Amino acid sequence: MSSSAPPRAIDVSASEADLVHLLDRRLIFVTGKGGVGKTSIAAAIADIAVRDGARVLLVEMDAKGALSTAVETGPLTFEAREVRSGLWAMAMNTEDALREYLRLFVRVPLLGRIGPLARTFDFLADAAPGVKEILAIGKICYEVKERNYDLVVVDTEATGHIVAQIGAPSVIREMIQMGLVRDQTQWMLDVLNDPAITAVAAVTTPEEMPVVETLELITALGERTGVEVSTVVANRVLPAIFDRARLGVFERLGEADDLLRTAAGPSASVVIEAVGAAEARRRVGAEHLEALRAGLPASIETIYAPELMTRATGRRVVALLADALAAELDRGGSA
Amino acid sequence: MSRARRSSGDGLDALLAAREMVIVAGSGGVGKTTVSASLATAAAVELGGRVLVITVDPARRLADALGVGALGNTPTQVDPELLAAASGRAPEGELWAAMLDTKAGWDELIARHAPDPELRETVLANPLYRNLTSRFVHSHDYLAMEQLHELHGSGRYDLIVVDTPPSRNALALIDAPRRMREFFGSRLLKWLTTPYRSKVFSAASRPFTQIADRILGSHFVEDIAEFFTLFQTMEPTFVRHADEVEALLGDLRTAFVVVTTLEAAPVHEAIHLSTELTRRDYPLAAIVTNRALPKSYTGRAAATSARRLGAEAADESSAMVATVAERLEADAEQVAAVLTETAERFGEIALIATREAERRSELSELAPLLVTAPPLEHDVNDLSDLLELARHLRSPAR
Repeated sequence: MSSSAPPRAIDVSASEADLVHLLDRRLIFVTGKGGVGKTSIAAAIADIAVRDGARVLLVEMDAKGALSTAVETGPLTFEAREVRSGLWAMAMNTEDALREYLRLFVRVPLLGRIGPLARTFDFLADAAPGVKEILAIGKICYEVKERNYDLVVVDTEATGHIVAQIGAPSVIREMIQMGLVRDQTQWMLDVLNDPAITAVAAVTTPEEMPVVETLELITALGERTGVEVSTVVANRVLPAIFDRARLGVFERLGEADDLLRTAAGPSASVVIEAVGAAEARRRVGAEHLEALRAGLPASIETIYAPELMTRATGRRVVALLADALAAELDRGGSA
Repeated sequence: MSRARRSSGDGLDALLAAREMVIVAGSGGVGKTTVSASLATAAAVELGGRVLVITVDPARRLADALGVGALGNTPTQVDPELLAAASGRAPEGELWAAMLDTKAGWDELIARHAPDPELRETVLANPLYRNLTSRFVHSHDYLAMEQLHELHGSGRYDLIVVDTPPSRNALALIDAPRRMREFFGSRLLKWLTTPYRSKVFSAASRPFTQIADRILGSHFVEDIAEFFTLFQTMEPTFVRHADEVEALLGDLRTAFVVVTTLEAAPVHEAIHLSTELTRRDYPLAAIVTNRALPKSYTGRAAATSARRLGAEAADESSAMVATVAERLEADAEQVAAVLTETAERFGEIALIATREAERRSELSELAPLLVTAPPLEHDVNDLSDLLELARHLRSPAR
């Protein structure tokens, strides 16, 4: 594969020898358009690392609660909780992040007295460019810097927000001339901008808008932050039903509709039609995947996760996805 | 107003004919934009009147089909000849399209509400203006509501179909007017607009101010204060609009339509959304289950046929396989293999269809109307595709 790609001048970082394996990083942001299965993929990546014996923290950035369903635990809080051996989970909350930040860095004994004005500060933090983001991203980088976990996996908000989040430290440096927040940005940039530590995995499905957003995200992250997408996860990929020769036969089954109906009942047509429609949708998806491949730089690896034809939910789905991803990432499967 | 619209039959047509505004909500990735555009297109072709669809983030080819690619907030008319060609008839009405553009929207809003040109320029020149307006009190949602107020109030359109912003919680949209009103009355705004120096010396807020200064820098806090002091002068208009938008959303000129696929997460969100709309007395008129597998897939008859096809394929002396192979001039083993795979795959599809049917029944009690569209075998890229989708949506429940 990579041998057929044109050589990229003197871009040594993209050469295979230097490629850091996704799971060898210490911080992975999992992002993607709403509805593509970000949360399940984030949980599955964490699952693979836990199987390898790593201590993993899963962070939910929006308060939708999808992550607590995926790992089958109660509502998540800012305080990380060990949901099972090796796996911790927490939900990001700017207000709590601010309190922790003040406690760690400002060391003012005024926390109690901020009480009634907390909403005001929350608003200011919200209105100030990048402050809300930096509180969240700062909390994440802090956990990485302190090596409290072997791996931190972040289930981010929809694609639009991640550029603002990851880019917050740089924005703060530009917009806020002084103040403690500004002074805190350098060590965060050290964590974020080191490709050996931090990776972004963009999740997409074989559909038009998710593919378009993925390609836009790659450009935007590259232009506006020092972090690049390292991996694209194509989720819910329908496997081919027939090989080429058999597809030819299947497509002509309509010509024998009467024979099939006589032998198998009138609903034989429904059966053929249902499978035909699934095949047509798979083909449309394959075209979108082709557009994705054509638009991706050679330095980005793409891994595929199948559409799961299963009744399962929650942890079972995550485990099945982890098996599929582990095989793609060459980490062996089996729970 | 343009020509009177045709009266309607049942289902969605009744809504499209009788309401002035249809708000389409649901979680991301379920086809909200496509459904909105589809309903508007069908209404323009079949029911008449001047119909406007406001989309938020249409796919490129859909935006091109509607002609809203670069035009942003200003509604443009979809070429009547294209509409006629796609529908194979003379359209009863007109189709207009606009895209919601928050950035341009705020500039327009400030221009509209500023009491004088000088103030307008000062606000627009404030270094934090862009950043603040894109963030405070769910401003994206508020802008959508403001734009609706403007377009509805113009009286130019008989029907406005609104594709809602992809919001963490679509309810933020209907809360936007109330939040805006509350914001203007809040202690927060008073604090922000108190002159900076007196704040420093007020005993109550001193510790806070010191911390805010240390963390954010005092320049920044001052800039914010300046912006909101200016902003406050626009209060009367903002609050009046908020009241009017809220009234419009809550009465029978408006209908809410919740769109979902039948996957677990979107259904969960649709149930939450529908329940909340009803609890707050907003007119939830219909739930659309999009890309739903047909009911015929779950029936006993289809399961039996699939089993029999599989059994024939497994039977090496099957006369049926031999005859089919002969007619198709194909290899009998290949035919058997294709039938085996077909039967197996149908089993998986039927399982998904069954699960979808269970979820669909959970939704059926939540709204007066439940309509279903099947998964289309191609992407929805042009006006004909939109009309094809609309035919499914408008046909009576199967």
